[in-house]
Amino acid sequence: MTDAAATSSSGAATGLSPEQKEEKAFGFWVYLMTDAVIFALLFATFIVLSRGTAGGPTGKDLFSLPHTFGETMLLLVSSTTFGFATLATIGGDRRAVIGWLVLTALLGLGFVAMEIQEFSGMIALDAGPDRSGFLSAFFTLVGTHGVHVSVGIISILVMIGQLVIKGLTPPVSSRLLRLALFWHFLDIVWIGIFSIVYLPGVL
Amino acid sequence: MQDAAPSETRDLRSYLTGFVLALVLTAIPFGLVYFDLLSVGPAIAIIAVAAVIQVVVHLRFFLHIDFKRTPRDDLLALAFAGFLIFIMVGGSLWIMIDLYYRMMI
Repeated sequence: MTDAAATSSSGAATGLSPEQKEEKAFGFWVYLMTDAVIFALLFATFIVLSRGTAGGPTGKDLFSLPHTFGETMLLLVSSTTFGFATLATIGGDRRAVIGWLVLTALLGLGFVAMEIQEFSGMIALDAGPDRSGFLSAFFTLVGTHGVHVSVGIISILVMIGQLVIKGLTPPVSSRLLRLALFWHFLDIVWIGIFSIVYLPGVL
Repeated sequence: MQDAAPSETRDLRSYLTGFVLALVLTAIPFGLVYFDLLSVGPAIAIIAVAAVIQVVVHLRFFLHIDFKRTPRDDLLALAFAGFLIFIMVGGSLWIMIDLYYRMMI
């Protein structure tokens, strides 16, 4: 019943032609590419500053490989569960979409919680962003990614709200598919973070 | 791009394949560093190769980038971003590393 009401109330927006849909997807894709450029430059900044520890702690002193591996697994599994949400969106199964999105948001929250734990542990050891160039670059890069994940979680919660209130209408599913792009993109950035920041830092 | 009709690239198997490949490509570099199996140089090389392959795996199996089905504009935007990143990151690192060695003399 809610589905029918939602369809009629947003009826004007549901009549998207394939071209319009493709345009929206393209617009979002361009945004993702600009975000990729931002992250790439933060990576370059980190690489340049990574030796500038100013006599302070190095990556070897601060990073815990099992902790990073845990974060990596949370993001990877969440990317896969968001994939299942995408499949359910295409299949038109609203309950399954909500279920997978809830699971994805919980995994994302686990990731953000682990990151906050790591950051606060480092700051407690006097290894905050003000300690050295290396740590400034570390907190900027990893923190920017963490903020993106947090925004992604908020967006997932908003989409769960839309699914409950509006149902799986064409605009809602189109938004879900774009949010999926965003979420998968963040997992790709994380590959760069563990390969450039954590693993070489511990070596 | 994502709004296309369900195609054979976007099914359960695609996500599971991507997941398993990503898992292997994550386990290799982490295991290498955790168990201290190689010296620094070769270890960095393997980490880099595993990362590049994993990015491609994610693009292919999670983002469903595909030379046939993905719209041309999206591919162009991806290639352009890759080109910009290459110039800006490569150029920055080139200049800064060059400067680093000149300052040491």
